[in-house]
Amino acid sequence: MPALALRLQAPERLIDIAHIPDLRGIDLRDGWLRLGALTRHAEAHDHPLIAAHAPLLALAAPHVAHPAIRNRGTLGGSVALADPASEFPAMMLAMGAEMEIAGLQGTRRVPADEFFQDLYQTALEPGELLVALHVPAAGPQHRCAFDEIARRRGDYALVGCGVMLTAPAREVESARIAFFSVGPTPIRALAAEAALTGRRLDGEAIRLAQAALSQDLDPPDDEQVPAAMRLHLARVLIGRLLGRIAEGP
Amino acid sequence: MNRPLSALDRPNSYIGRSVSRPNAKRLLAGRGRYVTDLVLPRMLHAAFLRSPYAHARIVAIDVDAARAMPGVRLVATGADLAKLCKPWTGTLDHFKGMTSVPQLPLPLEEVLWAGQAVVAVVADSRAEAEDAVEAIVIEFEELPAVVDIDLARAPGADRAAAGLENNLCFHSRLDTGGIDTIFADAAHVVEEEFHFGRHTAVTLEPRAIVADYDCSEGRLTVHHATQTPYQFQDLYSRHYGIPEARVRVIAPDIGGSFGMKLHVYHEDMAVVGLSMLTGRPVKFVADRVESFVSDIHARDHRVRARMALDDAGTILAMDVEDVTAIGPFSTYPRTSAVEGNQVIRLIGAPYRMRNYRAELSVVFQNKVQTSQYRAVGHPIACAVTERLLDMAAAKVGLDPAAIRERNLIPDDAYPCESPTGFRFEALSHQQCLARLKTMMGYERLRDEQATLRARGIHRGIGIATFVEISNPSPAFYGIGGARISAQDGAIVKVTPSGEVRCLISVTEQGQGTETIIGQIVADQLGIPCERVQVVTGDTEVTPHGGATWACRGAGIGGETALQAARRLRANILALAATILQAKPEALTLQDGIVVDAVTGAERISLAEIARIAYFRSDTLPPDASAQLSVAHHYAPQGYPFAFTNGIQGCHVELDVETGFVKILKHWVVEDCGRIINPLLVDEQMRGGVVQGLGAAFFEECLYNDGGQLTNGSLADYLVPMACEMPDIEIGHVETPTADTVLGAKGCGEAGTAAASAAALNAVNDALAPFGTSIAQIPMTPARLLKALGRI
Repeated sequence: MPALALRLQAPERLIDIAHIPDLRGIDLRDGWLRLGALTRHAEAHDHPLIAAHAPLLALAAPHVAHPAIRNRGTLGGSVALADPASEFPAMMLAMGAEMEIAGLQGTRRVPADEFFQDLYQTALEPGELLVALHVPAAGPQHRCAFDEIARRRGDYALVGCGVMLTAPAREVESARIAFFSVGPTPIRALAAEAALTGRRLDGEAIRLAQAALSQDLDPPDDEQVPAAMRLHLARVLIGRLLGRIAEGP
Repeated sequence: MNRPLSALDRPNSYIGRSVSRPNAKRLLAGRGRYVTDLVLPRMLHAAFLRSPYAHARIVAIDVDAARAMPGVRLVATGADLAKLCKPWTGTLDHFKGMTSVPQLPLPLEEVLWAGQAVVAVVADSRAEAEDAVEAIVIEFEELPAVVDIDLARAPGADRAAAGLENNLCFHSRLDTGGIDTIFADAAHVVEEEFHFGRHTAVTLEPRAIVADYDCSEGRLTVHHATQTPYQFQDLYSRHYGIPEARVRVIAPDIGGSFGMKLHVYHEDMAVVGLSMLTGRPVKFVADRVESFVSDIHARDHRVRARMALDDAGTILAMDVEDVTAIGPFSTYPRTSAVEGNQVIRLIGAPYRMRNYRAELSVVFQNKVQTSQYRAVGHPIACAVTERLLDMAAAKVGLDPAAIRERNLIPDDAYPCESPTGFRFEALSHQQCLARLKTMMGYERLRDEQATLRARGIHRGIGIATFVEISNPSPAFYGIGGARISAQDGAIVKVTPSGEVRCLISVTEQGQGTETIIGQIVADQLGIPCERVQVVTGDTEVTPHGGATWACRGAGIGGETALQAARRLRANILALAATILQAKPEALTLQDGIVVDAVTGAERISLAEIARIAYFRSDTLPPDASAQLSVAHHYAPQGYPFAFTNGIQGCHVELDVETGFVKILKHWVVEDCGRIINPLLVDEQMRGGVVQGLGAAFFEECLYNDGGQLTNGSLADYLVPMACEMPDIEIGHVETPTADTVLGAKGCGEAGTAAASAAALNAVNDALAPFGTSIAQIPMTPARLLKALGRI
């Protein structure tokens, strides 16, 4: 919409998909939470199934813009646009979600790791439509945390991060960490994940994960926010999130 | 609870009472009528092609394709409008040596900033006009853009506009003498180089105008979102050669102005000409992107300043150099030099300092024009003075509050004069500081700060004293040749049903001008507030006056209304006395009824007097004169300005890892003279503080080396929002001016004047343990992290 308002885009036709019932609905089936593409940001905030099984979305939702926008914006819209500064695309990456895409040849599912390709570029081909998001349902063995550093509440963040740890006991069995606002796409912090995996989540592990971020992130440099600042803030943020998880609920 | 009766217990006693704004309900109900809402028969819409370059020569303009686009009624260039409109030049005679290049609605040969309107398209709809703008082809030859204040002043520098000898718009010097010797001998000297970012007003309602030229009568009506309808009546008349009496300017509901809507804008002047060329009403409403590249900007100062003190911490002298960057020309008609002029004259104003030297350079650049915006110059003067004073306190070993106690002009030392020539009638700095310390719990906050620092929590406390200029006399503009009135006028009249109308030249932009005028009239007449209707903003209806800016609404507008209402009251009582065969002095008005002044016994209602006056004048004696309408003008005649004063406190917490600052709380103690409406004064303070905190932490117009504004959208230009703002507690001291009966001085700019200075001191207080400091606003996380050595 802003692109249209600024006359940056002038498509010949706009198709309103708001009233297609198949694009709605939230169901839990076989360990996967299926979120229709038209699921509103506000539902991510409120829905009990999302709170129980995709807690990262529920944690991220209050940081997405403002209530008026959350009442209108959809998860599918956010993921399909793939704004690298948006919360939800990065959370799809952190949760290991899969995107259900419909086209003339039928439907296919693309993992989040392959979906976000470049700045506003996704695996969606011309003529395809994102119809649903499939999230592996989180359970008691999962620990997650979300936060972002933004100049004002509701702004695009300078840096944001979602962390999802599988930690049934003291040691981290596996980790998924995704950052946003640090590059052309939402970005997995693979080195930081590796630094945590198989370790007890203590101060040393957190420091290792923070140090590993220089391998994971290569933020853009601009006059307002130098690259070094984004990397510094990413380290501060991951430290705080892991500290929050380590402290326990 | 028994408390002694006060003046406020008298019926219809409204001066000093919190009355809610009668127009607030209407605006909240969506029944406001803004210029944007206006639809006139046969109305057309204008859109402008804007320069992509900060500085360029126009080689050729091809509008043929645009003219052929659907719905297009007119495509007009600079040459087309230059045939109708006389050029304007933004200089004032009393700013000696000031220079600027003349301006036309649209340029002929040279564009001077990125975003300047170059060609106008008038079409049936705004969308069609915008489509046609895209079909215009202009060949530009890019010229070097002047964007740096030092390079701009270097010998042989490129000039911001053809016709300029150099890039210096105005230069001024103040010197009380012997400054170098005082500094050489001083026990302590502190110095700093300050940077104040450029920012802009960002009103909720953007600039909007509908010009409607009726060629049958040669009459121009302009519906204009402006603070100053009479100023624009005069300008449209003189620049388009239409007799003043045939120009009407109507300013309906206005969604904020803050000084931004009283300047001449090229698009606004163009729209008048476009209506004359098409013979139809033409509307232009700036969209948000256009607002960023064409509304005035403000601030943008670099100040190098030093302060000399004796060993006890008494200020001996200040020495200041202010370089301020304006646009490629000086804004019309109030110029772009007033801010710098106020900076160098307000520095040090609260203190007993007697020795002062200052140099001001106002420099042209290829950026958007700058001019007066809320608290013109005050935040800069205040921040420079107050930060240096905090630095001095640290050096001398005094607490920031203590060094102020030592240096403030004592409340009993007035009247007095500042070393810069300002004459102060009566200010209350000592009372305000004492009150602020109590409200803040200053000592307790300092104790808490020390405790928390030990736990790694870094809080800062900042205070800033200010003096605010208000109620300017003709010494401000009139003397410099600008036809900007220092007086105001009101007509107060009784309607046949005994209601009262007040038509007044001061205007309303959301701050509550109409409310306080209604309060004053009701109070002075002795009638319920609800029975007074206030009408503003139409040159065909209200008397001529300066309108609302520089806090004139209460001080000058309020006094005008008061004097007018008193004259009307005398007329009412004289007529009542005639009807009742009594003496006027034996009567008074209470709740809309004439009563016996001693017993309070009801004698005759205002409605009955009006009925007799308007419909049964035959029952009055032959010599009776029923004058139930009064027209009255008032101009300030005592002090050239009515200064107000106050002090602010700011409490912040600095996250030293992220460079983010949480503003925990903000306090204001202000003295605006007589308070007419405490609720509205508090609202003005809070709004002003928020704008000041916006400047301190968020707002900045950023330019690249090519002179392009790089953050001209509300996603990138950060205005302060509710979530980041603290609770703002307000206290009052009242020192009425003796220049008027009312005693009000004005309160619109006090909040903005010192908020950024208090915040700057608070953040530096939090930074102090790290041995670092910041002298630039906005204090962004990047700048704070750099100061902390984290990045």
